Amino acid sequence: MQRFILGIALALAAPLALAQTIKIAILGPMSFVQGEHHWNGAEMARDEINKAGGVNVGGKRMQIELVRADTNEIQSVPDATNAVERVITRDKVDFLVGGFRSEAVLAMQEVAMDNKKLFLGVGAAHSKLGLNVEQNYDRYKYWFRVSPTKDVDLARTLFAVLGSIGQQIRTDLKTDTPKVAILAEKAVWTEGLVAAAQKNLPALKMEVVGLWQPSAVATDVTAELSAIDRAGAHIVFTMLSGPVGISVGRQMGERGMKAVAWGINVEGQKEEFWQAAAGKAQFVSTLDTYSEVEYTPKTIPFVRAYQARFKKAPTYTAATYDAIMLLKDAIEKVGSTNADRIVAYIEKVEHVGTGSVATFDKRHDLVWAVGKTSGIAVQWQDGKKVPFWPPNVKGMQPFKMPAR
Amino acid sequence: MLQDILVTGLVNGGVYALLAIGFSLIFGVARIVNIAHTAFYMLAAYCFYTLLTKGGIGFTLAGVIAVVSVVALSLLCYRLVIEPVREHESAVLISTIALGLIFQELMLVSYGGHFLGVPSTIDGVVRIAGVSIPYQRLLILVVAGFMLAATWFFLYHTRTGLAIRATANDLEVANLMGMNVHRVAMVTVGFSVGLAAIAGVVATPVTSVHPHMWLDPLVIMLAIVVLGGLGSLKGSVIGALIIAYVEAITVFTLPAGAHLKGVAALGIMVAVLLARPEGLFGVAFEEER
Repeated sequence: MQRFILGIALALAAPLALAQTIKIAILGPMSFVQGEHHWNGAEMARDEINKAGGVNVGGKRMQIELVRADTNEIQSVPDATNAVERVITRDKVDFLVGGFRSEAVLAMQEVAMDNKKLFLGVGAAHSKLGLNVEQNYDRYKYWFRVSPTKDVDLARTLFAVLGSIGQQIRTDLKTDTPKVAILAEKAVWTEGLVAAAQKNLPALKMEVVGLWQPSAVATDVTAELSAIDRAGAHIVFTMLSGPVGISVGRQMGERGMKAVAWGINVEGQKEEFWQAAAGKAQFVSTLDTYSEVEYTPKTIPFVRAYQARFKKAPTYTAATYDAIMLLKDAIEKVGSTNADRIVAYIEKVEHVGTGSVATFDKRHDLVWAVGKTSGIAVQWQDGKKVPFWPPNVKGMQPFKMPAR
Repeated sequence: MLQDILVTGLVNGGVYALLAIGFSLIFGVARIVNIAHTAFYMLAAYCFYTLLTKGGIGFTLAGVIAVVSVVALSLLCYRLVIEPVREHESAVLISTIALGLIFQELMLVSYGGHFLGVPSTIDGVVRIAGVSIPYQRLLILVVAGFMLAATWFFLYHTRTGLAIRATANDLEVANLMGMNVHRVAMVTVGFSVGLAAIAGVVATPVTSVHPHMWLDPLVIMLAIVVLGGLGSLKGSVIGALIIAYVEAITVFTLPAGAHLKGVAALGIMVAVLLARPEGLFGVAFEEER
């Protein structure tokens, strides 16, 4: 009889015990740097929240439980959608956080919306993700892009920094019209940026000496760099997300090129870039998210804690930390894990995170603003990523150019 | 621009030739289409990287250990995976694809998807005809030339080379004449993988080490050996130069189409095959093969 009563008690208690956690799936390519930082950022948020007693959901304290979902999205979009299906149906997660490759995130977004799961994107920049929300709000309202800004806004940041570098070149090299070579991998995400660059650079009093479009996975760009050298470019305006970014950084250094690289170089954002480029990527610069600067009041403590724990600096996908903190804030404010109520709250909130001060527009994209969501610009100098833009943020250092 | 094309094409052609001659040799002699050939190149690169950066030993010793280890592994793979199905070409093809993928996944699990860099063996650049060429690339060109000469010497001036050529000429007759064709095949596999491993060691400093690094050169290498003629070493070298020059011309004359350089090279290959199905220097396939 005692066993029978104990069995009933356990059976009744089991769902209660299960309900003590909020399950969040962290979606990312876990064998790659992007996924590694997705997971690291999420672990930091989880540990910080749980250590402080968990999330207060309408007076009840609930712990955060992370589910690690390897999407393998760099290699396979179907693997990514399978991973999302699995965490929703088998692991019964409450929320989704992460994603990196736009093509895969677009597909994952569909699965999440089919299941009305709140999906906080951390990694993909394609505009279509937000456009979906605007065009079909009822279906896609559960999507928010926490990091980075959408591709169009990335371009705004790129041109702002390019203008600043151009001015420095004018002063240092006594030239009125700096020459710019556009080096963009051939991919969907670069098309709009290339067109915008070709249109806007003359307005910035810069001469476009040519457009080179290698493959995103090219391991040899010597021919492209020879041609750029011969064109006399002062700036190599990069739009690179694949490993070609390492080849560009390394081979520019090996050739002793006098031009300086600025733009998006996703590989250049990683701590491992300097080693991967065999220490040759001196003065390569790129758009980035994290550095030891006072971008927000939380940036420096986060970066230091991250470095202390993982022995490396965070990349932008570590903003899973911000996504989970935003989620915690929303759950506590609405007193529920109900997705619709959380959506309504996030639409109105201004969240001070570690990588941005986030507010969201009608597409659920970050509202772009220099010093709030624009990100920062960093340059590799003697093996270290040195932040140099925006100039009004405390902790910025001078941008350097190769000696001529 | 002309000097850019001439110098860039020659240097890149050297890298391609180093990979292609080994593949061509193993096909020409053992009739094995070894798709895992560039996977051995990848393994040598990982081995070299590990010994150099983690083991802290010098370039030469790291290079020698990497090449010897990968050759030993290739012989093991030959005995366990390829030899049992050697009589069935499609089975060999699939087995070697599987081998390549297994090696790729093993590296992914062991090292992650990170792009790893190896320092240059020789730092610095030299200007030739106004074109900056890193010394490392010149080293690759020199090694490619040396290995090509060594391969020629091995095949035409040693008894083993004579046996290899005899086996390549007619496997059954060579067998009937008392040659140990299995041993000859093993020697050939070891030698050709050795060439791929040497390519991995000398070319790693100009590229990145990662689990998928074997796929791009695989396509280019297949294009080269098909263009030059399967089994023809001379064809491989000339094919490598043609492909490299087509790529260089594409990049220099059509900058916005730089990503098309591979397509342009493969287009040339298709055009040559339409006119000459056996490739530039290949021998028309005999019925019994």
